[in-house]
Amino acid sequence: MSISNEILLALPELSLLSMACLVLVVDAFSKDPDHRITYWLTQISLAIVFLLVFTSIPDEPRLAFHNSFIDDAMSSVLKCFICAITIIVFLYSYEYLKENKLMKGEYFVLGLFAVLGMMIMSSAYSLLSIYLGLELMSLSMYAMVAMNRKSAAASEAAMKYFILGALASGMLLYGISMIYGLTSSIQFTEIAAISMTSVENSRFLVFGMIFMIIGIAFKLGAAPFHMWVPDVYQGAPTSVTLFISTAPKLAAFAMAIRILVDGLFPLVADWQSILMVLAVLSMAIGNIVAISQTNIKRMLAYSTIAHVGYLFLGLIAGTINGFAGSMFYIISYALMSMGTFGMIILLGRYEFEAKNLEDFKGLSGRSPWFAFIMMCLMFSMAGVPPFLGFWSKWFVLKELVASGYFALAAVSVVFSIIGAYYYLRIVKLMYFDKPDKMTAIKATKQMRAVLTANGLLILVLGLLPNSLMQICLTALAH
Amino acid sequence: MSLGLVLGKIMGHARSDSEKQSPYECGFEAFEDARMKFDVRYYLVAILFIIFDLEIAFLFPWAVALDGIGLVGFWAMMIFLGVLVIGFIYEWRKGALDWE
Repeated sequence: MSISNEILLALPELSLLSMACLVLVVDAFSKDPDHRITYWLTQISLAIVFLLVFTSIPDEPRLAFHNSFIDDAMSSVLKCFICAITIIVFLYSYEYLKENKLMKGEYFVLGLFAVLGMMIMSSAYSLLSIYLGLELMSLSMYAMVAMNRKSAAASEAAMKYFILGALASGMLLYGISMIYGLTSSIQFTEIAAISMTSVENSRFLVFGMIFMIIGIAFKLGAAPFHMWVPDVYQGAPTSVTLFISTAPKLAAFAMAIRILVDGLFPLVADWQSILMVLAVLSMAIGNIVAISQTNIKRMLAYSTIAHVGYLFLGLIAGTINGFAGSMFYIISYALMSMGTFGMIILLGRYEFEAKNLEDFKGLSGRSPWFAFIMMCLMFSMAGVPPFLGFWSKWFVLKELVASGYFALAAVSVVFSIIGAYYYLRIVKLMYFDKPDKMTAIKATKQMRAVLTANGLLILVLGLLPNSLMQICLTALAH
Repeated sequence: MSLGLVLGKIMGHARSDSEKQSPYECGFEAFEDARMKFDVRYYLVAILFIIFDLEIAFLFPWAVALDGIGLVGFWAMMIFLGVLVIGFIYEWRKGALDWE
């Protein structure tokens, strides 16, 4: 393939890079304290990239740059969702940053670079490009967490995130070096071909794979590599927490699929048993520890850990349908998480954050409509039909049972019932408790409209889950 | 070689003082409380220096191999330099280069 064709394949990434550089320079020259131009340029560039990806979803996977970059249906679908989700995240963020006097142009620039990293992760087809994308994403996010320099909690969170993130990257790199040493290749199809035939080295391949799984588990926030999640979710500015809990999860899912399925599928029996331990631990720690939390951001952090456990169930099933179930799960989780953190931003004001569960008391009296939206989100997170969250659990559990893991499926159902308690407690606080003070909700029309759409999307997709599932199935059928 | 060492030891001046004996730490007192205020501009200059230092490190082999790598290699370096220039514009505008 000629170089111009290769560049054409990576056109969305290249245009995002150029737009990010443009936004950086424009922001450096603008004197507007509200950074309106920066914000709109950021949104426009994300919209352009979304359209570029959306109009060129390929039927057949196409490789470029010495087979280290792939353009296939999965990467395109994930990139579309990453861009669309980030647009909404920035819309929520803009309100939050303005209200809390944290507005800096760098927020959007770093966000764009993080999105670029995520897109590279989705399209990476060699260990090197996947690592580059991962680092670009992580480095941008460390800085975003530390954005609020006056807050000691944010600095602590950023420090923890950075040090543990560096450690995880080191683990991942160690695994990569092991795999490279054994297969003398960093390209996924070659690794798969060599690990299929080399029986004598399989023990060492598993050794390298374990370190790579540690890296993946850390980035997704799976137990026992979850220690950074609660601190970062709680300490970071809410808009950054919102960002971290949505789009990067999709990229980390892509990384998991590329490494485990495209690269190391011959070792499926080995990684299944490792993921099983991670899944059960994540579901147990996430769901049980979340019950004792009083800070809602911290509670949602533990809920993320639990959801990652369910995500792994689809991978454990080891079939195309199972992987599609996982993809469905992570997309629906990102949509739910976006709405929930959006709701926390909506209820906050300057120097006041709706950070405690008590702040949701009597929300139905203050705003019946947003109490209803929050109820949809919480029911969905808990997995109550007919909301989206029910179907995401349904699809992974169905595939898990189809692959014969009855005990694991039963355990995960038990944990999801335990988990329902803390989601439903918020519904109880909103509808059955009296509010402490009846302050009106102060938010712009835009924010209200998008949050409403977000909540209704959870309901509508819950009523029509097959459309999204069909997208995930076609994305993974290659 | 050992002759040089021995001669240097015998004939050289040895005026040692406490500063010469202390471990070298660039810019700071070697032993004191770590929680102190220091001038962040020093770091800024050091970090910015590294970027352009590495740029030179890339430019030398590129210049030597330019005949072999053709137009693609030329433009790849131009893009790299373009990205660096954007970073340079940014740091200039943000006042990272103003010492006072």
